[in-house]
Amino acid sequence: MLEVKNIETFYGNIQALKDVSIQVSEGEIITLIGANGAGKTTTLMSISGIVPPRFGEIYFMGKPIHKMSPNNIVSLGISQVPEGRRIFPYLTVLENLDMGAFLRNDTENIKRDMEYIFELFPLLAQRRRQPGGTLSGGEQQMLAISRAIMARPRLLLLDEPSLGLAPIIIRQIFDIITKINRENKTTIFLVEQNANLALKVANRGYVMENGRITISDSAQSLLSNDKVRKAYLGL
Amino acid sequence: MEYFVELFLGGLTRGSIYALIALGYTMVYGIIQLINFAHGEIYMIGAFTALIISSVLSLLGLNTIAIFVIASFVAVIYSSAYGFTVEKIAYKPLRHAPRLSALISAIGMSMFLYNYVLLAQTSDFLPFPNNIPEFKFMEPYSHIFSSTELVILTTTTVVMILLGLLIKCTRIGKAMRATAQDRDMAMLVGIDVNRVISVTFVVGSATAALGGVLIASHIGQINYFIGFIAGIKAFVAAVLGGIGSVPGAVLGSFVLGWTESFATGYVSSDYEDVFAFIFLVLILIFRPAGILGRSTAEKV
Repeated sequence: MLEVKNIETFYGNIQALKDVSIQVSEGEIITLIGANGAGKTTTLMSISGIVPPRFGEIYFMGKPIHKMSPNNIVSLGISQVPEGRRIFPYLTVLENLDMGAFLRNDTENIKRDMEYIFELFPLLAQRRRQPGGTLSGGEQQMLAISRAIMARPRLLLLDEPSLGLAPIIIRQIFDIITKINRENKTTIFLVEQNANLALKVANRGYVMENGRITISDSAQSLLSNDKVRKAYLGL
Repeated sequence: MEYFVELFLGGLTRGSIYALIALGYTMVYGIIQLINFAHGEIYMIGAFTALIISSVLSLLGLNTIAIFVIASFVAVIYSSAYGFTVEKIAYKPLRHAPRLSALISAIGMSMFLYNYVLLAQTSDFLPFPNNIPEFKFMEPYSHIFSSTELVILTTTTVVMILLGLLIKCTRIGKAMRATAQDRDMAMLVGIDVNRVISVTFVVGSATAALGGVLIASHIGQINYFIGFIAGIKAFVAAVLGGIGSVPGAVLGSFVLGWTESFATGYVSSDYEDVFAFIFLVLILIFRPAGILGRSTAEKV
């Protein structure tokens, strides 16, 4: 479904990604783990077209997307929940969700999807007229995920959804992620520092170090891989 | 009392013109954090376009109201095209450059435009025909509030309401607000940010051009340099209200208009600018973000 082929991404003269290749098949949950500054966020931003790769290619459903503008990439069915949630602070919860559906015209289905989201996160329903910036961290993360779902993506990119949240909220969010994957058949590309958690929900995983993919394997093998256990699971 | 009312209404008229220009500054700043110094020139070009069109049309012997409406319409379209082009030429290539580069580019664009008008037209003041009719029902009040001022005030009010609706209710308006709040995230939900920026420039230029036509009709003369002064004043108004905030720009403009009007009326017209800028300094000392500005922390 998604094929990242030998991409190299730069910020000015600084190279953030070196020869990165990743494959995602339809229906999977895959995870990209690694330390701070390894290039995980850059990988997602390259896929979304915000920081396009200088070299290499990215294909989505067979189409090259590495030269496309971000809005066209979204319209193909790739949505991202970026690091730090990035809620529009002065738009209400409802307006934030509405922005998620920016490229859709099917008003009836948008309404239905909103109802679905309010069932998924009843807290958001209570706060629907409140500005997004006034929500707590956990609520904002729920809103960020919901906003991405409103686009009805085929591929959902999630950047550190557990960052800065209480353990109970993290569990809730991960439950929702697996639920979205199961019920809507949405493929999920999960970037996490919390490797333990990520590998438990994922089918396959990639390990990234200094802008390179160093290991790629099934999630189960990664959980028992000595190097991974030492470096990322703290065991 | 009558004198006070006259000054109040005069300030209101003045403020509404500032508001028409200030809207462009504040909307552009809100979206790309750039002070578009060429904005005053768009206003000036609007006035010149209207002058040329009205001169041609009056040769054809049309009635004055028709001339006024057509000239305003053409001026708005023409200036919008200028605003659109200025953004594409002078700012878009610098989108990822340091902010200072874009600012210098804006100043350069401003100089280019008024010098271009200076060469293409003249450095003299040109008389501008007032094609706004004198209304019968305004006659009893004409000594304190003219028909032209009434038209200015009404037009501005209508434009502001329409603009408010555009920003609040339409799809492009929502996209503008989202882009102003977080540009990268706006791209990630599928907003074509380049298009949003273009629309912002076009809308801002259109209102500025309208302001140019209206004030030129009121004052009765224009030259190539009017954009500079009006631009600076409107910029002050936008900062006063809180740059980036649309209601702030409107409020700031009225505050500035009244300050100038009352200073002129009760002190001396020589002190008009002095009071305006003293007021700006005071506001910035006690409320650095402006009257309605959000004192936002730098985004990390």
